Amino acid sequence: MAQANIELLTPASRAEIDTWVAKYPPERKQSAVMAALRIAQDQNAGWLTTELMDAVAAYLGMTPIAVYEVATFYSMYQLEPVGRHKINVCTNISCLLRGSEDVVKHLQQRLGIKLGETTADGRYTLKEVECLGACVNAPVAQIARQYYEQLTPELIDRIIDGLE
Amino acid sequence: MVTIEINGKPVQARPGAMLIEVADEAGITIPRFCYHKKLSVAASCRMCLVEVEKVAKPLPACATPVTEGMKVWTRSPKAIAAQRNVMEFLLINHPLDCPICDQGGECDLQEMAMGYGRDVSRFHEGKRVVASPDIGPLVATDMTRCIHCTRCVRFGEEIAGVMELGAPGRGEHMHIGTYVEKSLSSELSGNIIDLCPVGALTSRPYRYSARPWELKAHASVSPHDCVGANLHLDVRGHNVMRVRPRENDEINEVWLADRDRFSYLALAHEERLLAPQIKRDGAWQTVDWNTALTAAAQGLRSVMQNHAARQLGALAGYGATTEEFYLLQKLLRGLGSNNIDHRLRQLDLSTQEAIPAFPWLGQALADLDNLDAALLVGSNVRKEQPLVALRLRKAARGGARLMAVNPVDYDFNFPLAARRVVDPAAMSQELIAIAQSLLELNGEQAPEGFAALAAGVVVLDEHRLMARNLKDAAQAAVMVGNTVAYHPQQGALLMLASLVARLSGARFGILSEGGNSAGAWLAGAVPHRRAGGEASDSAGLDWRGMVSGGLKGYVVLNVEPELDCIDGAAARAALAAAECVVALTPYVTDAMRDYADVLLPIALFPETSGTQVNVEGRWQGFAGCTTPPGQVRPGWKVLRVLGNLCNLDGFDYDASDEVRNELEAACSAVLPSSKLVWKAPAALPTRGSGLSRIIDYPIYSVDGMVRRSAALQNTPDATAGVARLNAAMAAQYGVATAARVRVTQSGGTCVLPLVLDERVPNGCVHVPAGVATSAMLGADAVLELTAAE
Ligand code: SF4
Ligand code: FES
Ligand code: FES
Repeated sequence: MAQANIELLTPASRAEIDTWVAKYPPERKQSAVMAALRIAQDQNAGWLTTELMDAVAAYLGMTPIAVYEVATFYSMYQLEPVGRHKINVCTNISCLLRGSEDVVKHLQQRLGIKLGETTADGRYTLKEVECLGACVNAPVAQIARQYYEQLTPELIDRIIDGLE
Repeated sequence: MVTIEINGKPVQARPGAMLIEVADEAGITIPRFCYHKKLSVAASCRMCLVEVEKVAKPLPACATPVTEGMKVWTRSPKAIAAQRNVMEFLLINHPLDCPICDQGGECDLQEMAMGYGRDVSRFHEGKRVVASPDIGPLVATDMTRCIHCTRCVRFGEEIAGVMELGAPGRGEHMHIGTYVEKSLSSELSGNIIDLCPVGALTSRPYRYSARPWELKAHASVSPHDCVGANLHLDVRGHNVMRVRPRENDEINEVWLADRDRFSYLALAHEERLLAPQIKRDGAWQTVDWNTALTAAAQGLRSVMQNHAARQLGALAGYGATTEEFYLLQKLLRGLGSNNIDHRLRQLDLSTQEAIPAFPWLGQALADLDNLDAALLVGSNVRKEQPLVALRLRKAARGGARLMAVNPVDYDFNFPLAARRVVDPAAMSQELIAIAQSLLELNGEQAPEGFAALAAGVVVLDEHRLMARNLKDAAQAAVMVGNTVAYHPQQGALLMLASLVARLSGARFGILSEGGNSAGAWLAGAVPHRRAGGEASDSAGLDWRGMVSGGLKGYVVLNVEPELDCIDGAAARAALAAAECVVALTPYVTDAMRDYADVLLPIALFPETSGTQVNVEGRWQGFAGCTTPPGQVRPGWKVLRVLGNLCNLDGFDYDASDEVRNELEAACSAVLPSSKLVWKAPAALPTRGSGLSRIIDYPIYSVDGMVRRSAALQNTPDATAGVARLNAAMAAQYGVATAARVRVTQSGGTCVLPLVLDERVPNGCVHVPAGVATSAMLGADAVLELTAAE
């Protein structure tokens, strides 16, 4: 059996994961898996390699497939290299009713990529996500940790121009 | 008990039971996909919806506990409408490719679609297509057919204890898979074929070879380990097309090990011996049975005439039927020799007199589920008796503290509460330390001779923990595994392990090696006991005596000594030097052609009737279900005729049942026991310098059939033989960077790939037996290891 290499997680990552593990009872340390995956993703330019997921599994005493299940379930985790700016467009029901299709169309035209793709220069990744919980200001997109609401093509252009 | 009403019929139920269980017991069918009585409740498929009084919405019967006075309708208009609607959803993405699906004819989805589906689908949109990963040689995948019941996932997680399949993805993209493409490594993986209610997971070797309605199921028993799993052999014409479990809650429940399920692939192996052959002037000739049997009888008689009856010996394989063992020993003893043995993997037979009538588990297999503590001694139970490991896992999930004293830190599918991994030579010290700690706990006098053994043995906290766990448990067991059988101080280990059991109030059990060891002992296929455990008139030679003494004539039954004997090289040499070797064998090998003089083709277990006695002492008879190929005959018939041709009385059987009845009468007074009368082992040898060998038989190398099952040989557990040692030892012996090493033991040498493995303790190298690459090694205590270029 290939041994997962816990060392792939940086000491800083491991220390941060430990603070999450400490929040749960000792026999439930796998509850920290979502935080651990986010931390692992952050240390690796925003995406998770299989080896990193295996390291998380070993670190938390889980079977690898259980970690893959989590990582493939949530759209916040990236399993392939992503652009510097990950643009998550909500296409769920409220946003759909409020014009998310136009948002997607405009972004695709402006960036020259389709949903799920990354620009050749590695600057942008365009991603479709489920409800971001901000329906009240639909349509909505998330870039990094920031929400952008009531989007229009003009607003989108301004936002993109403002990204370094 | 509570009383509920299902479809107007009152039914008694255990409080807290789920509706579906209660209905099943009452013989009322509720459709289902995700529910399985041996798995946790997922309640995800919703096929089991039923109407319950005073509840507005239909409820899933698999997740609804019964309560007093509950009124349930499984076939009311509301229930049927719910079931039909669920079925419609399930079929939305199903490919409906039944004509090319192996599950067709025995598919739950097909059946339930007949019962609950509409005749035309209202879904006109595109269906989902899912890629089918390669998960190894045993299980074929067609994942587009999957209905996401997650039975296969729950099986891995809950029962087998290795979660390899999962459900990555979400919503429309969720699918069952391994994420990283790989072969399943579980020794129980074939069970997901039975569990999958559709054709998503099917048997790969069986693929496209038959339809279920062409098959006739025959009851049989697996000969590959001492559990004696119950089988259904599905036969078409004269061929076994596949093997499925036959449900028996006391033995295998609904499970099978892959070894039991896929060994049938060796029935038609090219090395099958299909006709009798005799060696004339060094050349092999195919002859008729009469000629061959006459030559065999003649050969045995001439050994007696030219030498003596005690120059005859018999070596039998572990998987022979009890009837074959019985007739073999009757033949030999009839001719005047007690030289008969089947324990070809045991190096140390010094305690044979102390062993009761047969090596017994000390309890029923089902009792293992309820253990509170168990100590495994020298056991890789997961790979030796996979279905026993499954029960131990069940116990562990119920809180049992399982512990091990082992020569390798084996990967178990249950957690260990304590473990000691030591050089095999130090295992007895470990048991002495545990016994010592029990004596202290009990405030008891040491049994005679113990103090001398215990001198200088250090009792560690881990030993005390083991002692306390065993002693505090209401149900405890100490069980020795196959590594003890292969151990050069087996006798001492058995004595000490049984002492630990006695001092802690635990049951003592032996997980015997091979398939039918119990049957062999009871039938008298040991030199010192006749059938029924009665002492031999004079002690015969055990296999070591027969091999080192070099007899003039041998009868070999269903065994390939060059691989199946723990000192294969010596066995082969002894056979080659004999005047007459009669081999009753299902397969013929080059080695056999070299040493044998008469080859008599005998049937494999699906082709003969017989009895297997399992480790609980349960006699399990089975009938032959296919005609053997070519001129092959059941072993008991061949032995019967040989008896006649040797002019022996009492060989006039018409059916194998008559043989069994005779033996059962002889065994009528036998009570299973695992009590060993304490006799202090002689001073234990101190460990010399040098490397010692840890020896075991890998799961797919245990017998001729398993070794010839192509599918099993392609799994990750199959091995052609490697040498394993830890990095420190590798550095000490200067082989750290070598890809291959040369291993020399008792003058035999082989070159094996080197694998660094930290589970192997210092001072040891782990080299498996039962594989061709290591067959030339002998049985000396130390071996030499150098780098091979
Ligand atoms: S593969 Fe079969 S057992 Fe597994 S989830 Fe799909 S339908 Fe169920
Ligand atoms: S649907 Fe878009 S934020 Fe809720
Ligand atoms: S069987 Fe009850 S929900 Fe699947």
